[in-house]
Amino acid sequence: MKTKLFSLQIFVGLLIIVLTLALGCKPQNPSTAVIGDAAQKVYVAPGQYDEFYNLVSGGFNGQVSVYGLPSGRLLKIIPVFSQFPESGWGYSEETKPMLNTSHGFVPWDDAHHLAFSTTNGEHDGRWAFINGNNTPRIARIDFGSFRTEEILEIPNSSGNHSSPFLTENTEYAIAGTRFGFPLDDAGSNPDVPIDSYRENFKSVVSFVRIDPESGQMSMGFQLLFPGMDFDLSKGGKGPSHDWAFFSCYNSELAHTLLEVNASQKDKDFIMAVNWKKCEEYVKAGKGKVLKSRYAHNLYDDTKHQANSVIETETIVLDPRELKDVVYLMPCPKSPHGCDVNPTGEYIAGSGKLAAVVPVFSFQKMLQAIENKTFDGEYEGMPVLNYDAVLHGEVKKPGLGPLHTEFDDEGFAYTSCFVSSEIAKWNVKTLEVVDRIPTYYSIGHLMVPGGNTAHPHGKYVVAYNKITKDRYLPTGPELTQSAQLYDITGGKMKLLLDFPTVGEPHYAEAIPASLVKDRSVRFFKIEDNQHAYAAKGEKEAKVFREGNKVHVNMTSIRSHFTPDNIEGVKLGDEVYFHVTNLEQDWDVPHGFAIKGNDNAEILIMPGETCTLKWVPDKVGVIPFYCTDFCSALHQEMQGYIRVSPRGTNIALSYSTNKKPDSESK
Amino acid sequence: MFRKNSFLLAIIVIGLIACTSKKEAEEAAKKSPTPSEIASKQPEVHGTEVKDVELTNPLNQVWVEAGKKNYDLKCLACHKLTDEKLVGPGWAGVTKRRQPVWILNMITNVDMMLDSDPEAQKLLEECLVRMPNQNLTQAEARELLEFMRRNDGEK
Repeated sequence: MKTKLFSLQIFVGLLIIVLTLALGCKPQNPSTAVIGDAAQKVYVAPGQYDEFYNLVSGGFNGQVSVYGLPSGRLLKIIPVFSQFPESGWGYSEETKPMLNTSHGFVPWDDAHHLAFSTTNGEHDGRWAFINGNNTPRIARIDFGSFRTEEILEIPNSSGNHSSPFLTENTEYAIAGTRFGFPLDDAGSNPDVPIDSYRENFKSVVSFVRIDPESGQMSMGFQLLFPGMDFDLSKGGKGPSHDWAFFSCYNSELAHTLLEVNASQKDKDFIMAVNWKKCEEYVKAGKGKVLKSRYAHNLYDDTKHQANSVIETETIVLDPRELKDVVYLMPCPKSPHGCDVNPTGEYIAGSGKLAAVVPVFSFQKMLQAIENKTFDGEYEGMPVLNYDAVLHGEVKKPGLGPLHTEFDDEGFAYTSCFVSSEIAKWNVKTLEVVDRIPTYYSIGHLMVPGGNTAHPHGKYVVAYNKITKDRYLPTGPELTQSAQLYDITGGKMKLLLDFPTVGEPHYAEAIPASLVKDRSVRFFKIEDNQHAYAAKGEKEAKVFREGNKVHVNMTSIRSHFTPDNIEGVKLGDEVYFHVTNLEQDWDVPHGFAIKGNDNAEILIMPGETCTLKWVPDKVGVIPFYCTDFCSALHQEMQGYIRVSPRGTNIALSYSTNKKPDSESK
Repeated sequence: MFRKNSFLLAIIVIGLIACTSKKEAEEAAKKSPTPSEIASKQPEVHGTEVKDVELTNPLNQVWVEAGKKNYDLKCLACHKLTDEKLVGPGWAGVTKRRQPVWILNMITNVDMMLDSDPEAQKLLEECLVRMPNQNLTQAEARELLEFMRRNDGEK
């Protein structure tokens, strides 16, 4: 009785707060929004570790940045789809194949969503996947090396946005095309009029198989749809394990001025796909083989070399022929986020232009499918009755609801872009219990493990598109930001904000304890199988193959061997294969050479990296170590002599060779 | 000529990018350890102090040979076998100057030595480069010591 009365008091109290905020809808004054002990809660003393790794997508920079939480300290930038001159990623001969595609070498992409591998719906600390939106790709980062180990191009896709969200046991990574595009039976993108959209354009959803041991990706199967433009997706969990859910925003099939023409209908769809059943149909031979060219790039950590293979086929299923693998749930106005709660029972669809967040019930969906509670068909696919599948609507969450994350106590957090705030609501009762402003224009948000069966909770992080007056001005282009909120009490509390690298989209955070002891410290030099490795200075050499000059070079604190090279001629291409002989943690060496129309390379201990250089002038050219390695780092340098074409100077090389006159 | 060369070059470049067949690549990828496997196999030899080394005569020839291999791979870059100083001191006479325990700790436990051993600290002042920990096991270090003894004329 007493507790009931108490919770009634809380309820009334919250109601008053909610009403006050809803009526006076303006964000609080930023300077008063931070609570007194915030600094203490984010302070991680020098030498102490953060509690979480937070991997944040870099959006248009094509990279992933790694922050510690709660401090917000930037620990590393992991190059993925974009060349990164700092480490030589995409510049070194070994990493160039990682950026190979069916279009050839593509040195940039737009990286939006991170998905950490899970086992039984929980983080297992093995891999992080991220999508390339522009030239459709999925990359796999290994939590041992914190490097991109694999990139798979997604064929028959344009704008790989609803990707690479994972199924519960990391069986598949999901990839749905954002832009409908013409696709013919030969698997090509034919030359057709754009206004033949309805007739010729398709949207494709891909399921990329992930090997449970190695994490390696391969195309599982693809589903063919009308050009309805998929936006976001999530895999099911628990009871909904066999299903994946997608939002789509262009059921109008518009091909011009989409901001108006794709916003015509009152409802678009959340699409439910039974991937398990699709798998069975593929096994039963119901799929059609479609010719498709796509690159599969894999990095080998003993050869220290990436290899790119062009694949030529995919298997395609037509859900309209199969009848029982795809169902559409009507969702108000151009849904964006499509998020599954930890129990796997509820799916929150966020209609960007809607005043509510509809929450669908998986059990009700199954029931409606069984009872055939359909509201007709859309392009040959069954549309479920809205009321029959609805758990309920979150009323007035805020303006422009985008994404929803979940905590470990039955609450959901929805980002509201237009009103710049986070709304916290109860998943069962759908009541908004708290709201807090963000600065400004929040896109994605993240609770550590908020996408898993057992969220780690503790914080919600807002990833903001606009920072306007939050930091010292830096010209017309300002940083984006992340904001950290404490969610351990009933009310969200702002603790910290920090600028991000690139534009953050979806991010994930994982307890450091699940990852930190897996870190690779160095590569064993004995295991190095690079074709041009010099394992010890005795193996250092320079040799010629036609106009290619190979320099198998070693580096150790603090000299290169060889460091004097002669006999290179104009017209030669020089390949510096530098092996780092160090066998201790945190001792990379760098290598750069004057006038090179290339980057530098950073070579990790035990590794071999290759930098190509085509000399353009006669003369003696210096090279040096770029990574401060010891007290005598400044002395870590050498010369290569470039002679005119046709001169008769033999190839020679040395380190510490005294001139004849001196040695006598 | 130039055109022909660039055509050849293009073929070579394409060959370099995709020279392995799919099957070969998959096979190779299967054999290649994942970073997590690499991480789990990392020897960690910091911080175990060697307190006792037993010397036997005649020299263990298997150890001498194994020691020489590791010398070529991990030590030769900085240490000559004569008394000439390169990055670090030459090895000639080292087994006469230093106790076996000192040598083994310098190889396997260099951070401890540079933190606490006055002789090691003196060498750092001369050479100015902290001797790298090359992650040799105690057994490998013992083999190296056998190679040093051979270098100093023992049989």
